[in-house]
Amino acid sequence: MNIRLFALLLLGAASLPANAALKVLATTPDWGALTQELGGDKVDVYVATTALQDVHRVEAKPSLVARARSADLVVATGAELEVGWLPVLVQESGNANIQRGARGYFEAASALHLLEVPSQVDRAMGDIHPDGNPHVQLDPHNIQAVAHALTARLSQLDPGQAAFYAARARDFDARWDAAMKTWETRAAPLKGVQVVIMHRDQVYLCHWLGLAEVASIEPKPGVPPTAAYLGALVGKLTTAPPKMILLNAYNDPKAATWLSERIHVPAVTLPFSVGGTPAAKDLFGLFDDTVNKLLAAGK
Amino acid sequence: MRDFKRVAALIALATLPVAAPAADEVAALRAELQALRSDYDARVDALETRIKQLETATAAAADAALAMAAAPPPAPAPVREPAPAGGNATAFNPAISLILGGSFTGTSRDPADWHIAGFPPAGEEIGPGERSFNLGESELTFSASIDPYFSGVLTAAITGENEIEVEEAYFRTTSLHNGLTLKGGRFFSGFGYLNEVHAHAWDFVDQPLVYQAMFGGQYRQDGLQMKWLAPTDLFLEFGVETGNGDGYPATRLEKNGFNGATLFAHVGGDLGDYTSWRAGASWLTQKAEGREGGIPDSDGFPLFEQFTGDSDTWVVDGVLKWAPTPRRQLKVQGEYMHRRESGAIADSLGTVFADDYRNTSSGWYLQSVYQFAPRWRVGARYDSLDSSAPTYTFAPPGLLDASPDRLSLMLDWNPSEFSRLRAQYDWDDARDDGERDRIWRLQYIYGIGAHGAHKY
Repeated sequence: MNIRLFALLLLGAASLPANAALKVLATTPDWGALTQELGGDKVDVYVATTALQDVHRVEAKPSLVARARSADLVVATGAELEVGWLPVLVQESGNANIQRGARGYFEAASALHLLEVPSQVDRAMGDIHPDGNPHVQLDPHNIQAVAHALTARLSQLDPGQAAFYAARARDFDARWDAAMKTWETRAAPLKGVQVVIMHRDQVYLCHWLGLAEVASIEPKPGVPPTAAYLGALVGKLTTAPPKMILLNAYNDPKAATWLSERIHVPAVTLPFSVGGTPAAKDLFGLFDDTVNKLLAAGK
Repeated sequence: MRDFKRVAALIALATLPVAAPAADEVAALRAELQALRSDYDARVDALETRIKQLETATAAAADAALAMAAAPPPAPAPVREPAPAGGNATAFNPAISLILGGSFTGTSRDPADWHIAGFPPAGEEIGPGERSFNLGESELTFSASIDPYFSGVLTAAITGENEIEVEEAYFRTTSLHNGLTLKGGRFFSGFGYLNEVHAHAWDFVDQPLVYQAMFGGQYRQDGLQMKWLAPTDLFLEFGVETGNGDGYPATRLEKNGFNGATLFAHVGGDLGDYTSWRAGASWLTQKAEGREGGIPDSDGFPLFEQFTGDSDTWVVDGVLKWAPTPRRQLKVQGEYMHRRESGAIADSLGTVFADDYRNTSSGWYLQSVYQFAPRWRVGARYDSLDSSAPTYTFAPPGLLDASPDRLSLMLDWNPSEFSRLRAQYDWDDARDDGERDRIWRLQYIYGIGAHGAHKY
């Protein structure tokens, strides 16, 4: 018992000085940007991936293990999006603060109602996620819900700055509400517009704007299309052409471009994440650019 | 909502008796149906009200959380559905994953006389194995958090020879701070790069020759490992291990305590957005007592049967990965090992006939794997080994140095993250007699169960 006490004292003495910025490891650029919005100069954010990477397939690189070692908070999506690499980072970090279940481990999905929660799961269905579709960031209402939960978590970890986080959150909330109103007003004509999506990661966007998803280029989540499947898709879509084909900055544009040429419908490359296009510099830019691109293609 | 009512009405209708009703019966049924309908309407209204209430409550809670963020907020209400009744008995079951593997092998020379010239036989699990169809190891892994302080892993290998082998079984701390992790039990040693990698994650069907010659494939023992990760942005990791030494080139010792030590250090980082790297150096110092198997002479007969003495090994490793898009990746890796053994050698009865035995050996491999399409990878590997002729009193004259080598090419197709089909072709001169064994293998690897996370 004494040894434990001694160890605790030792560890306590070695911990960070109280006024240092919270070190945050965010798994995606979106959570990085959101943490920055809420934390300002009280947080030091490192983003593990870029918008041009597929977050399903990221490696537990040494540089990320090193960042996990010193992180006070990990901000992840959860719902198994990062299952192939985040557990390794957490495990190899030797950092008790960010273990699953600790206060320094935050999952956005815990604050959200996920869409497409499967009633049964089987890998024959492709890359499906038992907890629901984890690509939540393209519905701004989700961003807002995560912002609320994340503010609470930041205040828990850094209670001395709680008033600061609350003030920033109120400010962000007001700006976000106004922005959402603008996006929703501008995007109103997109309601019911028929689109072909690439992967299930555009589902929240369709859900938010009321886009009608008529087909998916991937026959099953994570399964690339075969020539026969694409052929059948062309047949189906030629008779009832959709307004546009949606793909993400990180996607291989080959299949979407091919389809676009066959059915004479524009393929729109959306930023998908902060940094996916030059205009998507922050969260506001992400949605501005997404709505702009959709409206331009929907004309 | 209207659909729901319609369905409810249909269900109500379906429960009505099917016999032809009389007129007054029809009226009664109509009344009954009306009653049912209004009952369902009431229920639907109640549900709608509840949903509205919940929505308001959630919004209010969010506002409250914002307003009160200055004070420690209450634990957020779980948003997800609770586990279905009866599901809780299995809620704490560990994650289970199972790897199925097998291969088809063809060789131009008799695999029974396959050996590595200049190196003592390092165990059963080396070499190309037998010809024709061969079931590989089926790997069964269980893992879970034990409590807030520890997590546990068991990997059992069910071999094609119908044996169950505990490949790894260890606990690991999750509650230490400052970059420390303690691991205990049976585990693959953390030296080098490939030693810790499980067979299903290898980029070729088998291990490089240097791993086969120096560690019988992979080194593991029952023991303890302490790792420390430095608090720097550059990845810098140090580890120390010790154990019972129950794995080639060491043996268990007839004494209390432990056998030798392993020290390793790894450093790594990024070069720009697309390239990452890791390099390392390791040192193993171990003892062997009556270790069976001697270096073969030029005819393949062992020069001695048992070895007792010291075995010290240096390992240098490096890996570099370049991934310009999510669909392409180049991985280059290599390792160099150097070993010095000295001690006494004995015949099969344990009678020592020289106590000034010395042998120095080394080896390296360099391999490169390129993912050129989302599902396709191609790879090449070159292995090279060197062993100086052993020296000891009364050593037979004319003992030669040995320098076996091998070139391997591989192509694999990965329909999904969970399946891999691979072809590999080797020009193998492990016997170092100038006649290359041409080995070709087709292999399948399938993973079912929990989604595993792979180390770098």
